[in-house]
Amino acid sequence: MGKVIGERVLRKEDTRFLTGKGRYTDDLNRPNQAYAYVLRSPMAHAKIASIDTEDAKQADGVLAVLTGKDHADAGFGGLPCGWLIHNKDGSPMHEPPHPSLVADRVRHVGDNVAVVIAETKAQAKAAAQMIMVDYEELPVVPDITAAIADGAPKVWDDTPVGNRCYDWHIGEKDPTDAAFAKAKHVVSIDLVNQRLIPNAMEPRAAIGEYDPSTDDHTLWTTSQNPHLIRLLIGAFTMQIPEHKLRIIAPDVGGGFGSKIYHYAEEVLVLWASKVVGRPVKWTAERSESFITDAHGRDHISHAELAIDDKGKFLGLRVSTKANMGAYLSTFASAVPTYLYGTLLSGVYVIPAIYAEVEAVFTNTTAVDAYRGAGRPEATYLLERLVTKAARELGIDEVELRRRNVIQPDQFPYQTPVALEYDVGEFEKCLDVALEQVDYANFEKRREEAKSRGMLRGIGMSLYVEACGLAPSALAGAIGARAGLYESGTIRVNPTGNVTVFTGTHSHGQGHETTFAQLVADQLGIPVESVEVKHGDTSNTAFGMGSYGSRSLPVGGSALWKAGEKIIAKGRKIAAHILEASVDDVEFVDGEFRVKGTDKKMLFAEVAFSAYVPHNYPLEELEPGLEESAFYDPKNFTFPGGCHVVEVEIDPETGVTKVVDVAVADDVGKVINPMIVDGQIHGGLAQGIGQALLEHAKYDEQGQLLTGSYMTYTMPRAADFPFFKVGNHVTHCTHNPLGSKGCGEVGAIGVPPAVINAVINALEPEGVTDIEMPATPERVWRALNEAKKA
Amino acid sequence: MDNFEFHKPTSIDDAIKAVDGKDEPKFLAGGQSLIPVMKLDMAQPSDLVSLAGVATLKEIKEDGDTLVIGAMATHATVAESDAVTKAIPSIASMAGHIGDAQVRNRGTIGGSVAHADPAADYPAALVALNATVKTHKREIAAEDFFTELFETALEEGELITAIHFKKPKRSWYEKFQSPASKYAIAGVCVAEYDDGVRVAITGAGNKVFRHAGMEKALSGNFDPSALDGVDVDAGELRTDVEASAEYRAHLVKVMAKRAVKNAR
Ligand SMILES: Cc1cc2nc3c(=O)[nH]c(=O)nc-3n(C[C@H](O)[C@H](O)[C@H](O)COP(=O)(O)OP(=O)(O)OC[C@H]3O[C@@H](n4cnc5c(N)ncnc54)[C@H](O)[C@@H]3O)c2cc1C
Repeated sequence: MGKVIGERVLRKEDTRFLTGKGRYTDDLNRPNQAYAYVLRSPMAHAKIASIDTEDAKQADGVLAVLTGKDHADAGFGGLPCGWLIHNKDGSPMHEPPHPSLVADRVRHVGDNVAVVIAETKAQAKAAAQMIMVDYEELPVVPDITAAIADGAPKVWDDTPVGNRCYDWHIGEKDPTDAAFAKAKHVVSIDLVNQRLIPNAMEPRAAIGEYDPSTDDHTLWTTSQNPHLIRLLIGAFTMQIPEHKLRIIAPDVGGGFGSKIYHYAEEVLVLWASKVVGRPVKWTAERSESFITDAHGRDHISHAELAIDDKGKFLGLRVSTKANMGAYLSTFASAVPTYLYGTLLSGVYVIPAIYAEVEAVFTNTTAVDAYRGAGRPEATYLLERLVTKAARELGIDEVELRRRNVIQPDQFPYQTPVALEYDVGEFEKCLDVALEQVDYANFEKRREEAKSRGMLRGIGMSLYVEACGLAPSALAGAIGARAGLYESGTIRVNPTGNVTVFTGTHSHGQGHETTFAQLVADQLGIPVESVEVKHGDTSNTAFGMGSYGSRSLPVGGSALWKAGEKIIAKGRKIAAHILEASVDDVEFVDGEFRVKGTDKKMLFAEVAFSAYVPHNYPLEELEPGLEESAFYDPKNFTFPGGCHVVEVEIDPETGVTKVVDVAVADDVGKVINPMIVDGQIHGGLAQGIGQALLEHAKYDEQGQLLTGSYMTYTMPRAADFPFFKVGNHVTHCTHNPLGSKGCGEVGAIGVPPAVINAVINALEPEGVTDIEMPATPERVWRALNEAKKA
Repeated sequence: MDNFEFHKPTSIDDAIKAVDGKDEPKFLAGGQSLIPVMKLDMAQPSDLVSLAGVATLKEIKEDGDTLVIGAMATHATVAESDAVTKAIPSIASMAGHIGDAQVRNRGTIGGSVAHADPAADYPAALVALNATVKTHKREIAAEDFFTELFETALEEGELITAIHFKKPKRSWYEKFQSPASKYAIAGVCVAEYDDGVRVAITGAGNKVFRHAGMEKALSGNFDPSALDGVDVDAGELRTDVEASAEYRAHLVKVMAKRAVKNAR
């Protein structure tokens, strides 16, 4: 009993998930519910000359048709961006309006033009097809290159410079230039971090319900952060006061970032439910998910590394263009800046760094945080560059990394790009990963593969990332428009079992198990006696939700603090009953004991006394045993580690097969190793997916070419070998758990390792560069080019 | 998806009667192509006539130098069929590599052939293995059957009952799969007969086609090396988001060589 931190406890939530009993938003139906269908722009950029809804309004079963004009007339605000970035000159970024229905102009395929409410989904959809929209086509800006071209058409007429959203920088330019001036070697790289589509298994859905008798609004939504949605609807889009607005995010089938944001459909169903006087449900079709869920990544970068004659890094210069899409999604602006630029030192001592980031608007779906958010882009850039430097300098890449990696005695380590890493043993992670992959014998494996006609390569990356968002004061200072603490409540019930409420949200991460283990361990009770509740603004005090691998380091820490308050109160109760002084009562193994005596009370006995306070210090102490805490982190947490990948390439077809993946991650203190392994596996799958398979491609007209699973390649189990997941942990120094976070490390560390491995395999054939995803055709072309050269 | 009438006949005759005189009837086999198309509103049949209850359509048998596969035989059944494996192993192997397990458990040879997806696998087998498409009223040679992109010689309401394959001396099918859909980006079926070699290519063009140059080279020498000097003209192939015509042309040759090497 009790000591369950570190145990592979089976996931409590899996009973319902694996037996098909999960309750997702689309599983829920409200009495007398109507259905919404959103009419979306088929064009990437066009003026809406006119819109005629008459036929649709007359169609069978139709209850209402609402357009952008109705939205404007209703006085609603637009979907806000939660992070203000400042330009180099101190002026604020350009923030275009983002109404939930557009009135005059569409700016990407899928832009929301009208919503139809009808008795059935089919009727709503049929009627939507009867809405006549007269579009006047405008020139399209399909990608970054087009957006920054001279004389490019404008996505927003009033952007001061071209299609620029902002022009941001970090680090110091002059010292960095000076470092380059004295460098022996300068290695440079150009690379693309391609656009991805998150593809949560459960499409987004929402149900709005308005009760005129109480003026209560309820929204069920597929969200990673129900409180945040309440805040945004309350303060920005609909101005519904929070006490009249309840948001429920029930079981949610994956998010990967895409369900953090406040989406138009949340506004539309709540508004529509008021208009038609009935609950209104909307569920995305998969094709809609492809064009309306926020996408990820989409950077083009140039970077240079200055190195001295001993192979020590002197400086790093980075210039990145980032695609925001047509609108600013909730956290879009923060991703290529504070979640990216700040990570450019990686695990290395780089005395001077200067990075510039220009974010631009294009006629594409909005881009926002996707598993890793900024840190994969930073890691990809740096680890590709370091491997390239090793190759150009003729130094073994492991050796070059060892020469420059931050050593354990250098912590806390202040980087030139704002972060202070608290702890880490990155070189040890490198050792563990290399050992697991049997690095020493790689050349033998390469030879053996060659005898089968295959090109084998090995690649690696060392990474550190910043998660556990975030110290609120720091976040505020760099533009966040919200605090980033977390809340937790522990309600001890009279017979000693416990209900836990967390402001974080689980949509695949297993909080119901991990948090139960945490609380059970702290209070010395069985895991089965702890139930974790989340996802409903009416039962949790507040909370910022789950993203940025923050749930355990921030949300778990809040619960730990609440648990300490429970124990403190329990000691007072026990002291009274056991007739001892509070100072003499200690809490050990789930028992309150009077030091030096055999007098003790079980946790459950103390709980019972708190609720049946017959013998109780009522003068000084309230009855009951329930405590809440808010935890505001002191710093980010910094998981890090090493990923090593081996690939085999069939030179005839260009097909790359990942044959070995060995990782050593430092995620801090581990509560449930099985769940951590699962998170790492998932991250690796998406990271390898980015490296080899996934690519959201638009054509010149801004049409998404990869808008279904026929052409957008999702990674599958058969694409991977068994992952060798090792670890080498150090404990976070500034939160009570020592945990750092594990949700994103796989997706952050592995893409450069895969691409480095692909290049390593192709190098003997003369290939020195390849872009993600390294598709068979790209590999084949690279081999052909090299042959010609 | 619009509403439709659903019918489930138990005989070929009743199936034909069920479509007769209907506005826009469709046979429903495994539904692996038809249902997605209906979900996208690209087909709005008035009547769906399920063939699942017509037992005679599922038959697989050897008949002299012919292998007969009933229209409603699923890909999984074909892949696991002893008769198929014995008579023409390349067909069993091909069926075993269509899509994924779910698709193979429902999708049928008749549905695949009738749908005539330019990237489907079976069309290559039909053309290379000199097959005849049997319908409820006639026989159509495979080469005349696939007319254009998603178009066949089938008339309105015409039901495929079985495919008759001519047993070769040896044959094989190799495909380069789309990593996303698993359909063929380039699939090549080679079949050696007493009177020569037939080579059919799927996935690379707008419909399945034979390659005269390869057939000639292989008829002289059934060995991968015979294909070294044969040109595959990229000009006739498709470029799309998954692959360029040039790459497809290259893959066609690689797959053809592998098919020859593995032929049995
Ligand atoms: C994810 C996925 C992956 C796939 N991958 C592949 C692949 O790798 N290779 C490949 O070849 N295919 C692939 N397919 C297609 C699959 O093989 C389908 O089974 C096939 O295309 C259609 O067969 P069906 O039995 O499902 O036909 P249905 O979808 O039921 O019908 C398709 C069409 O054929 C007509 N039809 C059906 N039976 C008859 C008949 N007996 N007579 C006349 N008309 C008839 C129907 O009216 C309809 O128009 C894939 C499909 C999916 C969903």
